[in-house]
Amino acid sequence: MSLIAALGRSFLALLATIGRVTLFAGATVGHLLRPPFYPREFGHALLAIGYFSLPVVGLTAFFTGGALALQIYAGGARFSAEAVVPSIVAIGMVRELGPVLGGLMVAGRVAASIAAEIGTMKVTEQIDALVTLSTHPMKYLAVPRVLAATLVLPVLVAVGDSIGILGGFVVGVLRLDFNAAAYMRNTVDFLEFWDIGSGLVKGAVFGFIVATMGCYHGMRSGRGAQGVGRATTDAVVSSSVLILAANFLLTEVFFSA
Amino acid sequence: MIALHDVHKAFGAKRVLSGVTLEMPKGESMVIIGGSGTGKSVLLKCILGLVVPDRGRISVDGQPAEGGDRDAFLARFGMLFQGAALFDSMTVWENVAFRLRRGRDKLPRPAAREVAVEKLRRVGLGPEVADLYPAELSGGMQKRVGLARAIAADPEIIFFDEPTTGLDPIMAGVINDLIREIVTEMGVTAMTITHDMSSVRAIADRVAMLHDGVIQWTGPVGEMDRSGDPYLDQFIHGRADGPIAAVR
Repeated sequence: MSLIAALGRSFLALLATIGRVTLFAGATVGHLLRPPFYPREFGHALLAIGYFSLPVVGLTAFFTGGALALQIYAGGARFSAEAVVPSIVAIGMVRELGPVLGGLMVAGRVAASIAAEIGTMKVTEQIDALVTLSTHPMKYLAVPRVLAATLVLPVLVAVGDSIGILGGFVVGVLRLDFNAAAYMRNTVDFLEFWDIGSGLVKGAVFGFIVATMGCYHGMRSGRGAQGVGRATTDAVVSSSVLILAANFLLTEVFFSA
Repeated sequence: MIALHDVHKAFGAKRVLSGVTLEMPKGESMVIIGGSGTGKSVLLKCILGLVVPDRGRISVDGQPAEGGDRDAFLARFGMLFQGAALFDSMTVWENVAFRLRRGRDKLPRPAAREVAVEKLRRVGLGPEVADLYPAELSGGMQKRVGLARAIAADPEIIFFDEPTTGLDPIMAGVINDLIREIVTEMGVTAMTITHDMSSVRAIADRVAMLHDGVIQWTGPVGEMDRSGDPYLDQFIHGRADGPIAAVR
């Protein structure tokens, strides 16, 4: 009986959390459309989320593209289909691996940093100070970060896609003895606009998720270092899981026959 | 005048305020004393709307604190937080001028900086501090910057939450004197929360003691030592024996 009660409590707690996150996301979107706006904060967020995530997204994409080329080559050799390496690397990168790995890397870097920053502001009463200075914390802290992440993630995904394809190209040409011109031609010929477009849309959704979860957990941070640490962990874990779940749903919507 | 009537607040099973009734006359400096964890800060946050009371009424000059134009309501207040609560990502002058750069009467950047530097001077800090970041300042300097931010927009009411906590006695005395000077000079209504008795004697016109969720005693600071209230006597003399349990 107590097991059922515990399961019931956990389920209710999960529903309550989903409700709170949904309300938080809705409030953020609502505040997006109403002044005042904080362009300076938005600029800072663009720089912090976009520009400073470029190295980690680029490196991840490069090595993933290279590994993908090796795997497809090895797998394709079983069916004498080694020639598909360029097109599969390109499609795999732009449809799936670029947006998902980019989103996960940004979740690790950005959701953690947003949650830690806002959580620290909360425990040091800086958020209370904002309110007493007639500044809405959602508008000032959440809206610029969520907007910046939603806009900049597609750009990061596009850069990651290109670097990932370059990684596949480097491995394909230098290690697997592909002809460079043929590799490039195969890559370009088999890619369709929606392959790239769907990945960029996924990037925007993942950006929204990452920043929203970072802000949500930061604003709900408990007291002290332990509270901020937990908020940071929760932000990374929840945004990672939501990215993977959203990726499945979006793939189903975009590519189901 | 700030008036609280039968204000209650609980966090889960923990009752913090159990019917606080208190009036703070306009232009006076009221100090709220009480042990740690007795709800002094919660009381102050209830007035500002940072914490929503479960029950009771709070009004400022007859107007209810909740509802209405929040920006206009909050524009009447300045607040010095316990840890100063300065924004780490901004320079000192940007912290001080934060409110001046927002809202209907927003000042241009150079004018706001000028006002900030003047307010910093008022709290004893030179213009060379203006471009530093809060992390580069000592605790006492951060408190002064917090004080400058609290008075930057010339508010009618200023709240001071534990203004001398964490400061050495000399710096605490400097902050106490500054608060008293500023309160007198600006003619504001001030409410200070502290358990530092030297602050009470330096800052207060009136004193209220919060204990067990209610106002245990209130009166002019001059009557505090001869109140005859055993709770207040124990508190101001810092005795372990008395009606207030030493371990709470």
